[in-house]
Amino acid sequence: MLALIDYGVGNLFSLKSSLASIGEEVTVTSDREEIAAADRLILPGVGAFGDAAAKLSSTGMAEVVRSEAARGKPVMGICLGMQLLLEKSYEYGEHEGLGLIPGSVRPIADVIPKDLKIPHIGWNRLAFPGEKDRLFRYIEEGDHVYFVHSFYATECGESTIAVTDYGAPLTAAVGKGNVYGCQFHPEKSGEVGLSILRAFCEL
Amino acid sequence: MITKRIIPCLDVKDGRVVKGVNFKDLNDVSSPVELARFYSGCGADELVFYDITASVEGRKLFTDILCETAASVFIPLTVGGGINTVEDFDRVLKCGADKVSVNSGAIRNPGLIDEAAKLYGDQCVVLSADIARVDGQFQVFARGGRENTGMEAISWIKECVERGAGEIVVNSIDTDGVKKGFDIEMLRAVCDAVRVPVIASGGAGCLEDFLDLFDQVPDIDAGLAASVFHFGEVSIAELKERMIEHGIPARPGREAEE
Repeated sequence: MLALIDYGVGNLFSLKSSLASIGEEVTVTSDREEIAAADRLILPGVGAFGDAAAKLSSTGMAEVVRSEAARGKPVMGICLGMQLLLEKSYEYGEHEGLGLIPGSVRPIADVIPKDLKIPHIGWNRLAFPGEKDRLFRYIEEGDHVYFVHSFYATECGESTIAVTDYGAPLTAAVGKGNVYGCQFHPEKSGEVGLSILRAFCEL
Repeated sequence: MITKRIIPCLDVKDGRVVKGVNFKDLNDVSSPVELARFYSGCGADELVFYDITASVEGRKLFTDILCETAASVFIPLTVGGGINTVEDFDRVLKCGADKVSVNSGAIRNPGLIDEAAKLYGDQCVVLSADIARVDGQFQVFARGGRENTGMEAISWIKECVERGAGEIVVNSIDTDGVKKGFDIEMLRAVCDAVRVPVIASGGAGCLEDFLDLFDQVPDIDAGLAASVFHFGEVSIAELKERMIEHGIPARPGREAEE
């Protein structure tokens, strides 16, 4: 059983359907007991970092995700959910993240050439800076995934497991032990995305 | 680098795809769900579902179909047609749509764009504009291209981007249905005016028209078409292959599933 954490942010329809399509039993929940009983967690998220971080704290879900991750449970953050795993975000101010992965979140505009459009929206290729992570066991370097974002994760060090090129290398996925994050949307990335979710569900 | 997107558009009326669709591999050629699965399997980068239903019952059927499609096709879905209020946004987003396109609804009430962008983010709001040349000027048409609003198109598009539209679909009435290629001049004018993604629509007649589009308008982000894909005149898998050979960044398609 996978727990899709419901803290009032984002639309969970596609994520839920994509997990169901690979045969994963899913519960959309904010119930502590249910989350504790789940084999793995996904932290979704769209919108602004500050609002989402505040909701995560006020619903008690920040503490739950931290303690479940500390117990060794596989956790995956998606899009803003990934950014929330980091230490800090500089999206409209300065906000604290969960600190499960080293690094911070900054505007894409700081690093890409001026003539490129923001948000970075569309299909882009994955490159693996180090050895291929187990999350990518069913896909190949160079496969395309779907991105929609205006801020990016940086200073993640060895936790960076995939990057993509948008005039500058942008962090596409992070991983540290049992905690993972994808900047792209695996639930909108066709067969490649489903293969990444499958690998996560097998951890 | 980000790839150029290829987007088939499905016109849906009372829960069925209209415009003669002709694929021998499909059992039910007018089933939006089957057609969506087929295109996704061929390497389509995104799908547009356009609701041309007029009745309340038809709307309900449309959202049922959308839910069913979103539960089995995992690429971005854009929905357009009959979007007049934020409640309409809410209705289709709950069924798995990722983006919502507004056209006549935004012409009647431009504030709809501000409201929706604030609630769902700019990336969710697509402005679709039907444009034709009138007395040497690009003008915006409403009601499916039937009514000239008299508004100059480029300033209308700029205004919508300022209000929060995150993407623009430019449908040239002058080239639509003519099948002699996209409206390069009109598309260049729009790409020069805004910094958000622009999608070309209207005029594709053959595979080369897409190559020509990406060559001649380097800033264009995507090519959208309906009948050339539905009638099998352009195979998406083959188009992707040719784009890659041609040096246009594209996500490779796959052979259509049997």
